[in-house]
Amino acid sequence: MPADALMEINGRQVALDGERNVLEVIRKANIDLPTFCYHSQLSVYGACRLCLVDVEGRGIVSSCSLAPEAGIKIKTHTAELREMRRMTLELFLANHDMNCPTCPKSADCQLQALAHQLGVNEIRFKRTHAPKPVDRSSPWLVRDPAKCVLCGDCVRMCKEVQGIGAIDFAFRGAGVAVLPAFGKDLDAVECVGCGQCAAVCPTGALTVKSQTEEVFAVLNDESTTVAAQIAPAVRVALGEAYGLAPGTVTTGQIAAALKALGFDRVYDTAFAADMTVLEETHEFLERKTTGGRLPHLTSCCPAWVRTVEQYYPQWLPNLSSCKSPQQMLGSVIKAEGTDDGKRLVVVSVMPCTAKKGEAGLEKFRRADEPDVDFVITTQELVRMIDEAGIRFDRLDPESLDSPFGMKSGAGLLFGASGGVSEAVLRQAAEALGAARDNLSAYQGVRGDDAVREVELTVGGHALRLAVVSGLANARALLARVETGEAQYDLIEVMACPGGCVNGAGNPVRKDGGAVTARTKGLQTADKMLDLRRSNENHHLTEFYDRALGGEVGGKKAHELLHTTYQNRARIDGPAFSLSDTQSAQAVPVTVCVGTSCHVRGSETLLHRLMAKVDEAGITDAVDVRATFCHEMCDRGPTVLVGNTTLHGTTVETAFAEVQAALSGSPAEPESELVHG
Amino acid sequence: MTLFVWQDSPTEATLAESGRAYRELADVAQRRVVICAGTGCVAGGALAVYAEFVRAIEAAGIDVVTELKAETPPTSNSVHVSHSGCQGFCQMGPLATVLPDGILYTRVKPGDVAEIVETTLRTGETVERLLYLDKQTESRCRGVAEIPFYQAQQRFVLKECGIIDPDSLPEYLANDGYQAACRAYTSMSPEEVCREIERSGLRGRGGGGFPTGKKWDLTRIQLDGQKYVICNGDEGDPGAFMDRSVMEGNPHSVIEGILIASRAVGASEAYVYVRAEYPLAVKRVRKAVADAEAGGLLGDNLFGTGLSLRVTVMEGAGAFVCGEETALIASIEGKRGMPAPKPPYPAQSGLWGQPTVINNVETLASVPRVLRMGVDSFRAMGSRTSPGTKTFALTGHVVNTGLIEVAFGATLRDIVYGVGGGVTNDDGSGPAELKAVQIGGPSGGCLTVDHLDLPLDYDSLRGIGAMVGSGGLVVMNQNTCMVSMARFFMQFTQNESCGKCVLCREGTKQMLVLLDDIIAGKATPATLDLLDKLARTVQKGSLCGLGKSAPNPVILIARLFREEFLAHVVDKRCPAGRCKALVAPHVIADKCRGCGLCIKACPVGAVTGERREVHAIDENLCTRCGACAKACRLGAIEGV
Repeated sequence: MPADALMEINGRQVALDGERNVLEVIRKANIDLPTFCYHSQLSVYGACRLCLVDVEGRGIVSSCSLAPEAGIKIKTHTAELREMRRMTLELFLANHDMNCPTCPKSADCQLQALAHQLGVNEIRFKRTHAPKPVDRSSPWLVRDPAKCVLCGDCVRMCKEVQGIGAIDFAFRGAGVAVLPAFGKDLDAVECVGCGQCAAVCPTGALTVKSQTEEVFAVLNDESTTVAAQIAPAVRVALGEAYGLAPGTVTTGQIAAALKALGFDRVYDTAFAADMTVLEETHEFLERKTTGGRLPHLTSCCPAWVRTVEQYYPQWLPNLSSCKSPQQMLGSVIKAEGTDDGKRLVVVSVMPCTAKKGEAGLEKFRRADEPDVDFVITTQELVRMIDEAGIRFDRLDPESLDSPFGMKSGAGLLFGASGGVSEAVLRQAAEALGAARDNLSAYQGVRGDDAVREVELTVGGHALRLAVVSGLANARALLARVETGEAQYDLIEVMACPGGCVNGAGNPVRKDGGAVTARTKGLQTADKMLDLRRSNENHHLTEFYDRALGGEVGGKKAHELLHTTYQNRARIDGPAFSLSDTQSAQAVPVTVCVGTSCHVRGSETLLHRLMAKVDEAGITDAVDVRATFCHEMCDRGPTVLVGNTTLHGTTVETAFAEVQAALSGSPAEPESELVHG
Repeated sequence: MTLFVWQDSPTEATLAESGRAYRELADVAQRRVVICAGTGCVAGGALAVYAEFVRAIEAAGIDVVTELKAETPPTSNSVHVSHSGCQGFCQMGPLATVLPDGILYTRVKPGDVAEIVETTLRTGETVERLLYLDKQTESRCRGVAEIPFYQAQQRFVLKECGIIDPDSLPEYLANDGYQAACRAYTSMSPEEVCREIERSGLRGRGGGGFPTGKKWDLTRIQLDGQKYVICNGDEGDPGAFMDRSVMEGNPHSVIEGILIASRAVGASEAYVYVRAEYPLAVKRVRKAVADAEAGGLLGDNLFGTGLSLRVTVMEGAGAFVCGEETALIASIEGKRGMPAPKPPYPAQSGLWGQPTVINNVETLASVPRVLRMGVDSFRAMGSRTSPGTKTFALTGHVVNTGLIEVAFGATLRDIVYGVGGGVTNDDGSGPAELKAVQIGGPSGGCLTVDHLDLPLDYDSLRGIGAMVGSGGLVVMNQNTCMVSMARFFMQFTQNESCGKCVLCREGTKQMLVLLDDIIAGKATPATLDLLDKLARTVQKGSLCGLGKSAPNPVILIARLFREEFLAHVVDKRCPAGRCKALVAPHVIADKCRGCGLCIKACPVGAVTGERREVHAIDENLCTRCGACAKACRLGAIEGV
């Protein structure tokens, strides 16, 4: 395209400058054409029909899918287009659940804003859809299909940017819905909780699950001491809700707001990030110098950890055993306890939705107490501040509490992609005896590219690092590592593009510049701190001496700061119990009715077995269940009696095993028998 | 396979020689009996008829040949019995043709076969009662040439359908098969192939009518690299079965068309996308592909050129929208079949992001014929802007239904009264008065008596807001309610909308709701106005062809039958008496004797009245089932 190429928009010439589509050119010309389904980072979808324009000689087309061409003439607001756009919006609204004032998205719903903007003041169409139930199963998100406009942003975000595909379209015509696979609940599918779907959702169809009520309750409860921890990425984004520029650091005001809300202690997750740096650097260098498993994969992003658990169980040993900073600080705060005799409650303020699920994991509970009791997002904290009537913009900054309010600059960097790597490099340099003064040497891991590869020599050791954000990018990178095409010592992965600063819990910005500005804000904050290395955080070293035997990577540190992982490669639904038995002692008999076993006659087997159990009068002693695939398809039908797995099962062998289990001795196997 | 005279790669000469050898072999037999094995005839029991012919001929002491082979040549006494694809006259099936006599027997049952063998095969006489009866002249028709249904047609694409054995490659070769493909590969450049087809004026038979040669050329000029040809056999219009018949009746013609298209655009891979509801078509196309591969007509080093072509037959998953080319591509890629915005067009970025040409079955089946007969002969058929012929599935209130083919430029009168034999009443009796002809299925429009003499082609139909579409033709008599007809097609598109773009998903649903209001007598003039505005918004603003054309039937019907719409809306009356909510059953007091039969007949207790007194119908309870009117012997109830 020639450098001086022009196209005409509403009679005015607009220069083309490599825009990908006419919509971008229109917006560049300061005309805000509305869209639901256009997002610059997602593929062009063309479904919302709001960006229609009239192209001279070609008629009405969607501008998002039209390539810019020199000389074309378009109009954006003809009488016909205005009427069509209004009617389109009416069609959206006719079946929309319009309980707007009580919708969590009320204040920033695009549908609501557009109805206002386009002057839609009546809906001439009838409601045709039956109400649909709200899915609250997930610890992260609430899915309300009645508010879905089917723009597919969430579907494409999950598939294209995150490479997961936990939700997709189902059905046809007016019955189309965005659903998890097989219409299951969101917690029963492979959702990793990154929440990016909710961040792009223009309406209240996908929202972050709120815990503000629970937090208000403990704040009002005299018998509790409530400690807050603030993640690095929160402080550079929360101010945006009060008109401050992205990247403005408001740690002091946040601390003041939290105190005003009634929090007893305010701590900094960056303190735990410093701990992570010490522990993870120790772990990494040990692997590197003793020939351990590389690449070392970072573990501070719970959505990423879940991705590895679900899709790459073979890589679990490569995952750092360090807990995420949130969980480290939670366990440290709880371990230190409080001397006021009250119940200690830890509330995290996070830019993240996945952290909500992480905090609820069984492995992060000790003595039946969660290390982190509640997780609220930046947006939820804003809501609490607003509800409490606190004038955030007028607050005087306050300091965080000792000892866990202290941090080094390295800890702050965790909030943006590349930060963990840079912090670990600073620490590794120290451990490997490199020169102390040259901190800028490790800034190569910074940048805007979604995948960044860095090779550098630290203290005589050649290190190859990869920094990646966005799970689809991470998966592509891992695929290259698996084939041997790429080799790294360390891979830092953040699920959200750009890292935690772009977490789904932070205020959602349409402009892409916010992520860069927030990252810059953290990097500036690091630069302005005296302490740039994690081991310079003297509250941290004191804590190690006091509580962890002064040893990084030691036994006590492992107890408190490290964790284990679980292979979640198979997503199991619960088995369907077909028996009426109430007895807890009943022998569980699980018959696989997955496709392969079904083809091999497992359903007939199931029915005949139940009849036989009934006939023998032992119905109460046996709990017959139907279940799905056990991944032993070639040896089906597969039946589990108690802990015994039967293959190539017949009703006779299954019943014999049931009788044996009831009598307490295993039966003579007729079919292949595996005890497991 | 011994009939193939080539060793490595076939040439035009060896292909012709193979065909000649087969024809000579076939000519030896005394007669040939062709049993139509199209889906319609098979459903009517054609396979049993075929088996009975084989048995009965043998029993009569005549040699039966079911497959012509050079090793076991037929004798002058033997009879060649074979299957064919659809012969089009489905309502008269199963059909059996005796050649060379040219006798067509209709509605043949296994019990009739022995008589045919004794009479026709032994003595050459006809079995009169099995011949088609032309009701107008009250005379029996001996063969195709005498049957009005066939007389008014011009069978071009369907020419061999109904004669040749679709499972036999030698038989296709005997009809000059694959020679055009061979010529395209060996003595024409890709550009020449495109030009030739462009010159022929062949336009896409799938509905859009885009010039085929131009479409190919747009794909050809793309940078080298992997390119694809897709044959769109996802025929989904209700009542349409033209493509199915071609795939079932002459699958090799489709494959030869694919070969020529691949040559033209430079593709080395091709897909035939057939809807899964066409199992017989899938089977026959698969067999044809396998036979063509075995015969060296597909695969590597095609015709000695070093070029290759692999053809994969893929079954659709039952979505109408997958007939739309971008949705079809998504489906082949294993994705949900949803259309994508165009541009980019498939010619630029299609299957797997590579340049792709998608042609409809009938278009591809036309291609070898165009090259074989030459551009000028082809252009001699049809109209100036729409050369050639078009197949239609003719159905509805018409004497002859079935698969037909006429030259473009034929009038509606030619089709309805010539081929179709005139309009019938609901019970099939005739003649009746024509009300409308629905053309082009759910994307098309309606024609009325005013259009009877309109020469039908792409442009004339577009001119009145209708379209050729894939070729469904539904004839409707005066008892048809046009509002209900519009609603029927709206329901179809709503059901089959992929739901991606809001205008098609919600817009067609709301159009349906508005039509329901009209039918239910709940509409006001504002309803009609809103329906019109909404229809135009959906038409102009939808993402893909399905959405853009979904309002066509409604817009056209509402325009052509304005008064019928207004009768529903303003007078709350359905002129055709079809809309139950708008009919008001009532008792004619003068005629009612109070016998009580209607009271007994009414399933919901809506009729009341004392014996020997005039009865009354409670309109609120009445479900408009009409049972009372049927029960009344005096004709005292009207309005249902």
